[in-house]
This record gives sequence, C-alpha cells and structure tokens, in this order.
Amino acid sequence: MSLSTQDVEKVARLARLAMSPSEIETSRNQLNGIFGLIAEMQAVDTDGVEPMSHSQDLAQRLREDKVTESNQREAFQAIAPQVEQGLFLVPKVIE
Amino acid sequence: MFESSLKQMGDALRARKISSVELTQSYLDRMARLNPQLNAYISIDAEKSLAQAKAADARLAAGSADALTGIPIAQKDIFCAKDWLTTCGSKMLHNFVSPYDAHIISQFNNAGAINLGKTNMDEFAMGSSNETSYYGPVKNPWDTARVPGGSSGGTAAAVAARLCAAATGTDTGGSIRQPAALCGISGLKPTYGVCSRYGMIAFASSLDQAGPMGRSAEDLALMMNVMAGFDERDSTSLQRDKEDYTRDLNKPLTGLRIGLPKEFFAEGMGADVAKAIEAAIAEYKKLGATIVDISLPNSKLSVPVYYVLAPAEASSNLSRFDGVRYGYRAPEYSDLADMYEKSRAQGFGAEVQRRIMIGTYVLSHGYYDAYYIKAQKIRRLIAQDFVEAYKQCDVIMGPTSPSTAFKLGEKGDDPVQMYLSDIYTIAVNLAGLPGMSIPCGFGDNDMPVGLQIIGNYFDEARMLNVAHQYQLATDWHSRAPQGI
Amino acid sequence: MSWEIVIGLEVHVQLSTQSKIFCGASTAFGAEPNTQADAVSLALPGVLPVLNKGAVERAIKFGLATGAHIAPRSVFARKNYFYPDLPKGYQISQFELPVVGQGALTIQVPAQGKQPAYEKVVRLTRAHLEEDAGKSLHEDFHGMTGIDLNRAGTPLLEIVSEPDMRSAAEAVAYAKTLHTLVQWIGICDGNMQEGSFRCDANVSVHKPGTPFGTRREIKNLNSFRFLEQAINYEVQHQIAVLEDGGSIQQATVLFDPDTGETRVMRTKEDAHDYRYFPDPDLLPLEISEEWKQQVAATLPELPHTKQERYVRDLGLSAYDANVLTQSKGIAEYFEATAQACNQPKLAANWVINDVRRFMTEGAKDENGEPAASEVRDGVPGRDAIRVPAESLGKLISRITDSTISNAGAKKLFSALWTAQDTTNVDLLIEQMGLKQVSDSGAIEKIVDEIMAANTDKVAEYRSGKDKLFGFFVGQAMKASKGQANPAQLNEILKAKLAG
Repeated sequence: MSLSTQDVEKVARLARLAMSPSEIETSRNQLNGIFGLIAEMQAVDTDGVEPMSHSQDLAQRLREDKVTESNQREAFQAIAPQVEQGLFLVPKVIE
Repeated sequence: MFESSLKQMGDALRARKISSVELTQSYLDRMARLNPQLNAYISIDAEKSLAQAKAADARLAAGSADALTGIPIAQKDIFCAKDWLTTCGSKMLHNFVSPYDAHIISQFNNAGAINLGKTNMDEFAMGSSNETSYYGPVKNPWDTARVPGGSSGGTAAAVAARLCAAATGTDTGGSIRQPAALCGISGLKPTYGVCSRYGMIAFASSLDQAGPMGRSAEDLALMMNVMAGFDERDSTSLQRDKEDYTRDLNKPLTGLRIGLPKEFFAEGMGADVAKAIEAAIAEYKKLGATIVDISLPNSKLSVPVYYVLAPAEASSNLSRFDGVRYGYRAPEYSDLADMYEKSRAQGFGAEVQRRIMIGTYVLSHGYYDAYYIKAQKIRRLIAQDFVEAYKQCDVIMGPTSPSTAFKLGEKGDDPVQMYLSDIYTIAVNLAGLPGMSIPCGFGDNDMPVGLQIIGNYFDEARMLNVAHQYQLATDWHSRAPQGI
Repeated sequence: MSWEIVIGLEVHVQLSTQSKIFCGASTAFGAEPNTQADAVSLALPGVLPVLNKGAVERAIKFGLATGAHIAPRSVFARKNYFYPDLPKGYQISQFELPVVGQGALTIQVPAQGKQPAYEKVVRLTRAHLEEDAGKSLHEDFHGMTGIDLNRAGTPLLEIVSEPDMRSAAEAVAYAKTLHTLVQWIGICDGNMQEGSFRCDANVSVHKPGTPFGTRREIKNLNSFRFLEQAINYEVQHQIAVLEDGGSIQQATVLFDPDTGETRVMRTKEDAHDYRYFPDPDLLPLEISEEWKQQVAATLPELPHTKQERYVRDLGLSAYDANVLTQSKGIAEYFEATAQACNQPKLAANWVINDVRRFMTEGAKDENGEPAASEVRDGVPGRDAIRVPAESLGKLISRITDSTISNAGAKKLFSALWTAQDTTNVDLLIEQMGLKQVSDSGAIEKIVDEIMAANTDKVAEYRSGKDKLFGFFVGQAMKASKGQANPAQLNEILKAKLAG
C-alpha cells in the first residue's frame, strides 16, 4: 500500500495543517516508510480477538450531578488570543 | 549534598541542618551555571521556587513536614502548574501560563515539595531523543554531543547532572525508561491508572502514565508515595488503597523468579548493551534469584501497533490546539480555515505534524478497521503474552534500549529508525503494565546502559524492592557524569 | 401513481441536569458569555471528562418510557471535526454502542379535512448520550464571530426515529408526542426557544413499491411550525425536481423561516469524515439490571397508559383522553378535579375547554407555542392554573347538585381565576349571588306574574305559536335575576302555558 499525493493532501486538510506541495511530498515519503512498518500487522491472525481500548477491564465511574465549578472567565481569558465582551473571537464563521 | 538521597535530604531538613531556602538556592545556583550547557529546563522561576521553599521552612519549623517537604523537585513541562509557563515543548503553547494545577502538581504542593522548574521534553512527548523540542535539544550530561533520550529527556538530564533532587516524567511508549537508561538514572512508569492524568497534557490517553525519575529506587519509592493515588477527575484513575511504596525495599530476593523474554535478547541489541545486561542478570543470580526463559511472541509487533494507536489518539487529542482559546495563533490568515491551518502548521513541529497525519489517516473512512481495530486486537494479544508469562515468573528483565545514547542528529530525518529505539519499552505501555529502568553499567564510549524491569499489574513495590536490592549490591546508580 | 413521503426525525433533547455531562459547570440558561465555561468546557490542555450520573439516569428513563432496549454496556466515542464552538476539536458522543436501543412511540395524528384522526406507532432506532456544542454569535465584532462556550458540554440525548412518518402532520405529531414525553418523565424542560428540544428531519420522496428516494436532512428546526413548513417545502421541492426529470443529491439543508425555503449547507461530497473512535478518556458505561429497576420505580404513569385508563375506567373519549395527556401537569390536575367531584366526564370538559383556554390566553409566543413562563420543571402549565383542582371539583359538584347553573358556573370560574381566595367556592357563590332558585313555589309565582302581564302572548302561544316559549323563559329568567333553576322553570312554564 502506498499513499498518493491526493491522499496526503486530504489528510492534511482533515487535520487542518497547511502544507506546501513540497511538504506534502516529504510527508508522503515519510508516511509511506512508516506504513511499511505498520504493514507488519496484517500478517497476524486476529480472528475472534476482542479489540483492546483500555488496559484495565473496568466500567466508567459516574459523577454526582452537582455544580462544582464557579466563574473563572477572567483568568481563562487572560491567556486567549482575542476576546471581546467575554467572547472568544474568531474569523467570521460562515454557515 | 547534591549526592544525598531524598531520605537524607529530608532528614537534614527536618533536623534543621539546612533550610529549604538554602537547599533550593543552591540548586538554583547550580542550574544557573549548568543549564545553559544542557538545556534541561524550559522554565526556571527562582522567585516562585523560593517562595515555596520559604513556606516549606515554616512547615518544617512547625513540625508538620512530610517526607518530601522542602525538597526541590523538577516537573516535566507536560504538567500544568498554575501560574507557570507550561509549554509541553511546543511553540503551540509558547505563551500558555496555566490557570490550573495538574493533580500530580497538587500532590507535590500538598507534600510541601518545591517546584524547581519545568523540564525540557520532546514536543508533546513525541520523540525518543529530545530533539523535537521547540526549545532546543537537551544534551546528555555524560557526553553533551549525545542525546539524553526522550521524551522526558530534560528530566533525565537534570537528575543525572544533579540539577534537582528528583523529577517527574511521563511515559507513553518508553519516555521515562529510555531517557533514564540513556542518562544513567532510575525511572519508573507505574501501572496505567495509578497516577492521575488530570492536568498532564495528553499525547495518547490510553497509554500515557506519569512516573518518577531519580537517582535510586529508594528515591523513586518516596516519589511514588506522593504521585500515586486516586483522582476523581480522571475516569481512568484507579480506586485503590493508598500504598507505602517503600514497604518492601529491604526484602531479600531469595526465590525471585526473573523471566527473560527470548525476543528481547534477539538481534537488534547492541553488544555493549547485551554485555551489561548479562552482568546484571548474573548479579541477580547472586542475590538469590532464579532465571526463567519466557516468550512474548507478539511483542515484536508492538512498534507497528503503537504507531497506529498512539498517533490515532494524539491526532484527536491535539485538535484542541486551534488558536481559538489559548496558545499560538498565526499572525496572518485569510479566513477561519486558514487560521486553523496556519496556526497548527506554524505551532506544531515536524514530528508532531507527522504523528497527527498518521493518526488522522488511520482513523479516516475506509481505513479504520484495517489499521485501528487491527492494532487494538494485536494490542490484546500483546497484553495476553504478559499474562501467560507471569504464570512462570515474578518480574521480567531485559534491556531498556537497544543502544546507548546516540549522537545528536544521528537518526536525522528517518522517523522509522527513531521509532525502533523504543522497541523494548512499548509493549509495556500497550499492556498497561509497570516498567522501570535502572543503571546497570556502561557501554561503548562510556555511556550508561539501563536494565529494564517489568512487573505485573500493581507490582511497583516489588519492582522497587528488586531494584533497590541490586542498588545495595552495586554502585552504577551512584555514578555521576564528570566534567559538568 | 402519487409520491410517497418518507420522513425520519433526529431530535436533540437537552437533559435537565444541574451540571454538564462531563464536568461540574452549571447548565443554567442565559448566563453571561463564558461564565459557565470551566477548564473542561474550554478544553484546556490536560483536562479530562467524568460522566454525570444524572445524564445517564435520564437516558435510562427515556429508554424505559419507550420500551426500548437499554444497553448493559455502551461506549462513548469521539466525533472529530473542527469548529470554533467545539473546543476539543471533537464531540464526545456514542456511535457503535448507544445507551438506548430500539424502542417505539405511539402517536395520535389529528384529523385533517376529510381524514379522521388516527393512531400510529413510530419505531425508534436508538437514543444516545452526547455533549452539546457552544454558540457562535454572528453579530459583527469587526468582521469576526464571537464564541460563547457556556452551552458546550450540556448533556444531550439524541433520539433517532426510523423513517416511519409519511407526512409533515405525522412528523409534527411525533415531535409533539416526544416533546410531551420528555417533559412528562422529567428529563427535559421542553423549552424550544432556549433550544432544549431541536429537530433534524430526514426527508425523501419515492413512488410506493420502489426503493426509498435519496434523502436530504433539514437541520435545527426549533419549533413545530417550522418543522411542518420546512418538511412541506422540502417535499414540494423534491417532487418538483424529480418530476422535472432531475435527481436529488444527498445534502444537509437549512430552513429559512423568513423565506419559508430550505437551502443547501453542504453536499455529500464535502461531508465530514468524522473519524469516530472509542474515547480513551472514558471507560465503557455499564448499566445494571438493579439500576434500571431503581430508575423504573421513579417513572410516573406514562401518557399512553393514562389515555387507556381514562377511556377504560373513566369513560372518556379517546380524543379527550389524548388532550388531557398533552402534559403531565394537566393530567394530574384533571385527575385531582375528577376525584374531588366524582364526575370525570364533566371534569374532563372543564379542563379541556375552560382551564386550558384560561391557561394559554395571552400566554403564547409568536410561534403559537406555550410561552416560556408556562413551562417549568418539566411539568408545563400546572403552576399556570390559578384555580386549585379541589375548587374546580367543588364548582362542578355545585352544578350537579343544582346550586348553580352552567352559566353561573362560567362566571364563577372566571371569578375564581382572579380571586384572592381561590379556595372558598361556596362563599364566592353567595357573594356573587349565583345561587339558583329551586323553590317551586317561588318559580310558580314568577311565572304567574309574567303570564298575567302578557296575556296576548299567552293567547298566541296557545294558538300554536310554539316559538314564543323562549320569550317566556327569557322573561322569567330576567325576573329571577337569572337565578331560577332552568330545568325547573321549563317544567313549570310548560305546565302553566298548557293551561
């Protein structure tokens, strides 16, 4: 298996990473190297094996429905790139 | 005093032979002198550290001190610490002054330990050499032309160069053990879920685990007493009784069954590393242990499995870095999509972008089953190998890293070569088991070699005992790099 | 052959928890921007989710109320996409293993023109827990958009139906039944203005006997009227395209209430690749049989069960039973009234006509939905009823024991609605002078006087002009100041006029 330039461009777009054509090409070569390594997996017979998401077979712990947090907007927005009237500003969202 | 154990330092502080302010200041002085060569720290804030030291002295004077009260501890820059710059080694967070404390940081604060500074690391913990840090590479104190390993390379170098009493690290695929090995120190990655991940910037959530790095197993045990424990803010944090990790340190090793996986001793390991490991095994036999040959047949697949699962989780975990609420935002952009793409392309380094690309691809439509699900299935096979192995042995030993510290820039632009340097450590993360590395000699160019000890789930106290008994019988762990 | 319309609905129900689904920030509506956006809501680096028990309980309630399968083990997944109101760059949702599996909802579709009302069962595909996103405020901030993350992390139950509906009317009936149910069982405040109940409609058309057509999804319909308008527009549009020889492209569309039209937001080609995978920060959600039973014990009698009981035990019509179970508050009020007077049919008439009219008069918003003030604590309207059920019951008893006339009862009810003391019904009857004259001697005396004063009319009546009877009733009522018992009056008048 080998990734095409279009594959890499699509992935970069999904991941929201701006890449120049030469960066796409470098990335394509490296990804193909890495997927060569990853391809070793395909030789393994995994029929009937349950996928493992967590190392411990436990159930989710639940929180009581209580409000525990108070307003810290000032502290949180002190590190924001751009705020106005308590809102985070971004370039215009077009729907 | 820089050679004192944590216990000795604590005793001296409680006996008021030295104050925490004096101790902290002497470390700060040493850091001012040596850190420029090593680049082990990203942030040093003497004022904050000394203020904590002053408070610790008051607590020491009041007689309400804990084991680590007043002791200067360095924190990997992956842990959010309130009012401290917390960069995770990335330009993306070059201006992120954390508004909150990670659970681990709170634990140290509650214990009265001093935050001595934030240590350098591979960007978002992605790397095995510390060369991916936006804040420049860390140099190995044993040879500054060489890497300290990664991703907790700043921590490893700081501990090795005595720029802190002990420090924290995190380990997703070997990021505590491999730099510990390469810098000649001790490091422990606990069972997944023993230390809270709250406030620890996520790389691969199902694999990440915080742990201590220090000069001896005994120091690690004292650190674990502070770091381990249930945290209700982390759904994967385990609800277990509080343990005293020092409790078994002095048990004899008679009857200990050490499993040696044949796959760890096959081709790929450097001859110098093999020699040091064999000598360590021989030492254990002298201490009363017996050797069992075991097999971990699927462990050879741990690298490919890891390079599917960890990037997949990372690609999603790193989506929050979008230049909207905090962190880096590109100075110029044409619209929203452009702002996202430029902020992320400029804010993340090459390795991080590479992993995001891998992860995005393996999760994308049409590839999920072939890569992600397949990798999760093999992950289970890898974990089951360990379950089988522990029917025959108490601990597993082998090399931590196939080679000693390599030269800066040596692995260059070939990510695959770099990824293979974690070949012995990754399976442990996939299984969620505890693993540690302790110094066991020197290889070519007089660079340290690490012995990996892998325990069964929750067997940290036994592993610390196994390491401590070895450190009583040998002095590799007390060797310090010369000339810095 | 005519076109058949196929509609499936996806409804996002905001669950009425105090705190968010994965953190302890408040879910209260209307706070200053970002004052309820805590570290987790903002997705600060390093923060982690912990699941709210209250949200899960509400999902279980819904599953029980719709006879659905409740998964003993369900999994949270990440739905990955970039949007400024989605702080983590992914939404925590459920994908492969939802908490609630297949269920069903019985709906009553009202009569329309010649078509009588009918009942229909709509199958539910699934319902899953997920988190809400924040809000983008498009007012102009120097050409930029403002982001408020107070809503980010509010728990949602997304309820997905099978494509079982065949008209906009059925879709609206389904949405209204669901809207009633979620408030009834106390899992949602039902406030559509505040976005607590939002519908997406999947609409397609085809010729019966052929495969379903390509569907288009209309997003974010937050009123029943818009739902109906949007579906009707969409159906007409799709039929027009197909009859013109065109074909329908799968797309997501938005409804514009100003133009009454839908417009394409995105097509299948630029559809997202959400890269779902199990969230490694959360473990599988396990729901035990024991927990399910505990929740079941807290579930009220459901609307459909009540309807059946009203018809079977109280002798109400199916229509009345349906109207009375539009909200739990109304149903409870009706039951208390019926119990107080032991006259279920009369109580039903009073509640359906008079009580509901008084409740909603002047309390409707521009969409014709009950106004926000009418909807509290998931029991709409109950606190808007000014007359206690016991008082209405007493009022009805006073009609049946002939103390007051029907006309007097209407006056009395109106007075009670605004009275300071809404409990002393008999005192108010006295004060208002509504007591009927039921003394036959007194009525006879009035009738005699009237006949004496109108001998010419009596003669006319007796010569066959029957319709003058009403004139005598009117005169007698006037003379009794409206207090004569009408039945008695009729009887006496008839006898005396007959001579």
